[in-house]
Amino acid sequence: MPEVSPMDMPDVPMGKLPEHLELQRTRVLCASDAPTHTENIQYSGAYAMMGIDNGLRLDQFCKNFRVEVIRLTEDDMEFDMIGIDPSLANAFRRILIAELPTMAIEKVLIANNTSVVQDEVLAHRLGLIPIKVDPRLFAYMSENDTPNEKNTIVFKLHVRCERGSPRITVKSDELKWLPNGSEFSLATENSTANSTSKPKTYTSFSCSQDSLPIFTDNPIQLAHPDIIIAKLGPGQEIELEAHAVKGMGKTHAKWSPVATAWYRMLPEVVLLKEIEDEKAEELVKKCPVNVFDIEDIGDDKKKAIVARPRACTLCRECIRGKEWGDLVALRRVKNHFIFTIESTGALPPEVLFTEAVKILEDKCQRVIAELS
Amino acid sequence: MGFKQENVDEPIKERQEEFSTHPSPVKKSDIDKQNLAAPVKSAVDKFQLVPEFLKVRGLVKQHLDSFNYFVNTGIKKIVRANDRIVSSIDPSIYLRFTDVRIGQPSVMVDGIGEELTPHMCRLSDMTYAAPILVNIEYITGSNVQKTIEQKNDVVIGRMPIMLRSCHCVLHGKDEAELARLGECPLDPGGYFVIKGTEKVLLIQEQLSKNRIIIDTDKKGRINASVVSSTEAWKSKTVIIMDKEKIYLHLNQFSSMIPVMAVMKAMGMESDQEVVQMVGRDPRFSALLLPSIEECASYGIYTQQQALEYLERKLKKSTYFGAFSEKENRVTTILRDVFIANVPVRQHNFRPKCLYAAVMIRRMMEAILNKDAMDDKDYVGNKRLELSGQLVSLLFEDLFKTMITEVSKTIDAILAKPSRSSRFDFSQSLGRDSITVGLERTLSTGNFDIKRFRLHRKGMTQVLARLSFIATLGHMTKVSPQFEKSRKVSGPRALQPSQWGMLCPCDTPEGEACGLVKNLALMTHVTTDEEESPLISLCYCLGVEDLELLSGEELHTPNSFLIIFNGLILGKHRKPQHFASAMRKLRRAGKIGEFVSIFVNEKQRCVYIASDGGRVCRPLVIADKGISRIKEHHMKELLDGVRTFDDFLRDGLIEYLDVNEENNALIALYEGEATSETTHIEIEPFTILGVCAGLIPFPHHNQSPRNTYQCAMGKQAMGNIAYNQLCRMDTLLYLLVYPQRPLLTTKTIELVGYDKLGAGQNATVAVMSYSGYDIEDAIVMNKSSLDRGFGRCIVMKKLSATNQKYDNSTQDRIIRPQRVGYDSERMQILDDDGIASPGEIIRPNDIYINKESPIITKGPLKSSMGLSDSDYKPSRQTFKGPEGETSVVDRVALCSDRNSNMSIKFIIRHTRRPEVGDKFSSRHGQKGVCGTIIQQEDFPFSERGICPDLIMNPHGFPSRMTVGKMIELLGGKAGVSNGRFHYGSAFGEPSGHADRVEAISETLVKHGFSYNGKDFIYSGITGCPLQAYIFMGPIYYQKLKHMVLDKMHARGSGPRVMLTRQPTEGRARNGGLRVGEMERDCLIAYGASMLIFERLMISSDPFEVQVCRVCGLLGYYNHKLKTGICSTCKNGDNISTMKLPYACKLLIQELQSMNIVPRLKLTEA
Repeated sequence: MPEVSPMDMPDVPMGKLPEHLELQRTRVLCASDAPTHTENIQYSGAYAMMGIDNGLRLDQFCKNFRVEVIRLTEDDMEFDMIGIDPSLANAFRRILIAELPTMAIEKVLIANNTSVVQDEVLAHRLGLIPIKVDPRLFAYMSENDTPNEKNTIVFKLHVRCERGSPRITVKSDELKWLPNGSEFSLATENSTANSTSKPKTYTSFSCSQDSLPIFTDNPIQLAHPDIIIAKLGPGQEIELEAHAVKGMGKTHAKWSPVATAWYRMLPEVVLLKEIEDEKAEELVKKCPVNVFDIEDIGDDKKKAIVARPRACTLCRECIRGKEWGDLVALRRVKNHFIFTIESTGALPPEVLFTEAVKILEDKCQRVIAELS
Repeated sequence: MGFKQENVDEPIKERQEEFSTHPSPVKKSDIDKQNLAAPVKSAVDKFQLVPEFLKVRGLVKQHLDSFNYFVNTGIKKIVRANDRIVSSIDPSIYLRFTDVRIGQPSVMVDGIGEELTPHMCRLSDMTYAAPILVNIEYITGSNVQKTIEQKNDVVIGRMPIMLRSCHCVLHGKDEAELARLGECPLDPGGYFVIKGTEKVLLIQEQLSKNRIIIDTDKKGRINASVVSSTEAWKSKTVIIMDKEKIYLHLNQFSSMIPVMAVMKAMGMESDQEVVQMVGRDPRFSALLLPSIEECASYGIYTQQQALEYLERKLKKSTYFGAFSEKENRVTTILRDVFIANVPVRQHNFRPKCLYAAVMIRRMMEAILNKDAMDDKDYVGNKRLELSGQLVSLLFEDLFKTMITEVSKTIDAILAKPSRSSRFDFSQSLGRDSITVGLERTLSTGNFDIKRFRLHRKGMTQVLARLSFIATLGHMTKVSPQFEKSRKVSGPRALQPSQWGMLCPCDTPEGEACGLVKNLALMTHVTTDEEESPLISLCYCLGVEDLELLSGEELHTPNSFLIIFNGLILGKHRKPQHFASAMRKLRRAGKIGEFVSIFVNEKQRCVYIASDGGRVCRPLVIADKGISRIKEHHMKELLDGVRTFDDFLRDGLIEYLDVNEENNALIALYEGEATSETTHIEIEPFTILGVCAGLIPFPHHNQSPRNTYQCAMGKQAMGNIAYNQLCRMDTLLYLLVYPQRPLLTTKTIELVGYDKLGAGQNATVAVMSYSGYDIEDAIVMNKSSLDRGFGRCIVMKKLSATNQKYDNSTQDRIIRPQRVGYDSERMQILDDDGIASPGEIIRPNDIYINKESPIITKGPLKSSMGLSDSDYKPSRQTFKGPEGETSVVDRVALCSDRNSNMSIKFIIRHTRRPEVGDKFSSRHGQKGVCGTIIQQEDFPFSERGICPDLIMNPHGFPSRMTVGKMIELLGGKAGVSNGRFHYGSAFGEPSGHADRVEAISETLVKHGFSYNGKDFIYSGITGCPLQAYIFMGPIYYQKLKHMVLDKMHARGSGPRVMLTRQPTEGRARNGGLRVGEMERDCLIAYGASMLIFERLMISSDPFEVQVCRVCGLLGYYNHKLKTGICSTCKNGDNISTMKLPYACKLLIQELQSMNIVPRLKLTEA
């Protein structure tokens, strides 16, 4: 018997991995008990023994990388990101959630609150209201900064439920933008001294924000007018000022520009064997999201086909039971990501993504700069 | 009206449809399959009876019933029994109470009655009480001229009123009216408000009174005992078999008395008659023989001899001397004390003899056959003493005390040689003794009633207001009769007779385990019922009177004894016939619904009970296994035409107590009934109490887990009541965003937990993450916390009083200075010197700028005359956790009982969860927050769902809380299809709990895996995880134990004055002790310097001067700069050394008691 090297596989074309390895490299196999081969093989020399380079080449990446927008509405979008590594896709997701800045209410000056909602709770609720404003127009406010028109947006809320009137619900549209900054005067010792000049307030705006060209036509408002802030009974009143500043989601979730952002890998449903007739019917019936269809193949024979693999939610109904595991295989394509961004309303989702890309770019630049 | 009816109909019909389709939202074919597999589906859904029952009875109806009975009936009985005050000097002068009643709750303010509401009392530290009004008839006038006068509505005291009882202003009020009174409509009532605090009189468990109980004593002797309790006397009679002879043990006798002597003393001179009475069975005679012989050996043959013999055995105590000496004391004792519950009419001792004979017979039966022993732990042998009974005891005592007091004062007036003015009886009434006595006893909980030899502590407790469930659970708590320290397992074990009456889950852990119990959902506790009509009814139904029977006939085999409330009425030849006749009368409503008729075949007795304190529960009556409740009945109930009481009145439902349950064959479900079945359970989940009822799928859990949850549910934060923000509790924990559980149970809806929830539905992923989740710790999502998960509010009360002093000076609260020293700390003060609401308060801030006069005693001074220098500041500063900001929530001013101004501050602190805070699911699975992790690092599912918290799967295998898993599945299905799923205990067959199969089908329909496991991506690497993760919503409770209240560390700090060692405990900023065991470790390790440092340097080092000659301690003379020995009177041989101050103290203390410890020093 001639000595045969285990690496010598005549049926595998040169420069390619054997089929099962290729499958393991590119797909997550979702068996009924557990998913396997979920990790990406990163190491360029992982298949060096077989003479295959696993490295990622830039030109290759540029050629293969594609983004296809599936759905785009005002505040959410779904797009496919093809030919990218999960670590990169995840980086975008993480940046979207935690590192994209937005404006959110950070300081609340409560002049009067006789409602049942406690001051802290009211402030917390206000903080979570998304503001529809481009954060790129504002600067971060650091600890020693005085609030000015470049780093602070001021809102006012003054609602009163008159005695004898029914209860009212305070919604977010009651928050009024104050382009000139705070109206509450700062209590200082020498406040009487220069009574002629403008009283000192909690902000020091040098000019009105609505004089800025961007805000003249579209004043700053909240993303949703119908968020319930509080309920007031007769005789109750809320008077406050809310100061919004720029921040990032990793400090507090209120600065996160997305409700959530996530991806899933493209589902791949494979029929390992021909599934015909009753079995096919059964399979179609089994799937709650209608992944399968039936095709007539003549002779009164019917065959199951995979019609909508994208719809698969991995409920694993189709591979439930002994024999079905051998008939259907559920897989996930490792380099195809169905990415969904749900914006809170501050920025449109497509802008969010491009911003995320910019931030990642910045980070890379920084790493390169640090290294060199 | 008809139109209105229709309108009401519709939603109910809808609901009904919802119920009928309820078990599974499954396709038609599947329903068929299920129907085949299930036992014949109960024809009638009887569930609606439970809410109806609770609507009629309320959750704490037992307390209310008991109190109402006392207020309406009991108090009248007590007053009627003691209605005369007669002067002992002139018996013609008397006062008679003709009537008594309780008025409306009110308080006298400056002589004007003002109506009280409970909330008013809570806020201003008052007692919610109503005047006790009596009508009196009395003699007035001088010696010669006496006239009878009448007075109505004389106040003799004030009775604390139980909330929601019939004399409470809240009685019968609807929700809007309750809200106007500042009351929470979901609050069950059943407690008192004493001096502003809510007090519950706990249900007391006791052995039943007036019943023969066969038991063994410590020495293993079998005895028959009766604890007799009548209005006049309470006694305990024990008949003991000792060394084959039978004795009587009674407190009034100095030693045990041969029982035959007692029988003879009661007139049973013939031994034969005694033998006949006990029973002619030769075995009984043989057992009785030694006693007869013993009696003969003492030479007791006649009644006179027996009485003389007993006379000698009497205790010397003169306690009984008060009784008339005309009669023989022994006769008096035998009449009034010996088996006091059997009345002696016209010196007829025969009933007593018969009773004693029955006792002897029962005891002998137990000797011959151990099975005849009574079980003290059997619930049927227990009585629950409720607040009404306890208050009535208290009132009786106080009322009698008042009567003796009044008669004393009257006598004192009458004894005066010259009475100038006409005296008025009525003026001696109405002292404070009753008011103060009731108030004091209820507020301290120490019942100390000498008259009834009742000395018990801790009978009342402050109502637990930690959470709504804690309040409810506290009201159903049954406190045990024995002290907790006894190491016996019997009373702690779960009794089968507790089924349906006492909750099998809800009991504390630790020393009170199994002793403290809780009532089940549908339990009712009876109140006393009039006896005489029942007795005459029994005779009408063919009971042969005892008087007409000879001793021989007593135990004839063809008839049964009829025993009514422990009293032998007579015999009946057809016991079953008699019992069924009685039951028919009961079902027809001719006799009280709580009368129990129990045929005991073994003892050949029929027991009829109408006494108070028995536990009972409603059951559906079935005839030959066919339920009496039909579809149309339930429909009528739903339509509102029929009420729960109608079911009772029509004989469809009846109450059975524990004893009568023994005569019934109760089917769990209608489908399981056979032809022998007599009753059918209404709903099986009602065997659980309020706390256990919150657990979803408790029947899938390991039983201790349910017990743990019962304890933990009471510590969960959430809502307390609708009026929670108007209350001034000392400590209040609230959740900012409480939710109702996604997976509910029927009990939750019945008790109102869905309206006052204490937890949040958290999306839980069961997986291992980060290693900070070992030992039940949970990993939390920071974004969830940012968005308000687990956020809570802690409110604490601070109070201050503007004290008035003896010399008519008083504290003053002054305007704060805005500049200068201390102005920093006074920023939150208003101009009136009191912190203003809404201000942020930091530690060391002054919240009231109060000053007290320096001189508070001595001659009267007017407050006006004091100058500023006569005051010293007594500001109160806020002590809270450093670095945290709290807020002054509310400030309330009221005047307290000494009419000082009292100022209460509520300080609010909002907290977000932090590492170390305790959380728990509803399955006894508690854990602390191990770490908080950013959302982007958290795993996420294919649908973008990111869990709120991660729980380690190791929590499951050993705990076996399958219910939690089903809760997760059910919650997930509920979220998917928008319907609250149910998980009532044992609810699957009746459709009150969703089946796992149905839940799984729902999950699959919405694209989830049937097993609830999702495909999850790691948030860190972005790759899918190599396992499917069990993920879904679980209701999580935040428990009151928070790190902020517990964390403590200290470097140097305060020391105890006496020993100069560091103080103990967090509250005193104490040190952390190196204890015995730690010390042992260090010794074993040889770390001597460390021990030295810990035990001396860092504790209480002290430099002492030791005299090398005499070995005693000297002192250091600072002038001479040397140490001097005070014994040797010189400083020649002084060494300086270090010693723990405690050691120096010990040496000196020993010296003070004439022990001289001498230190012998060697060169080191």
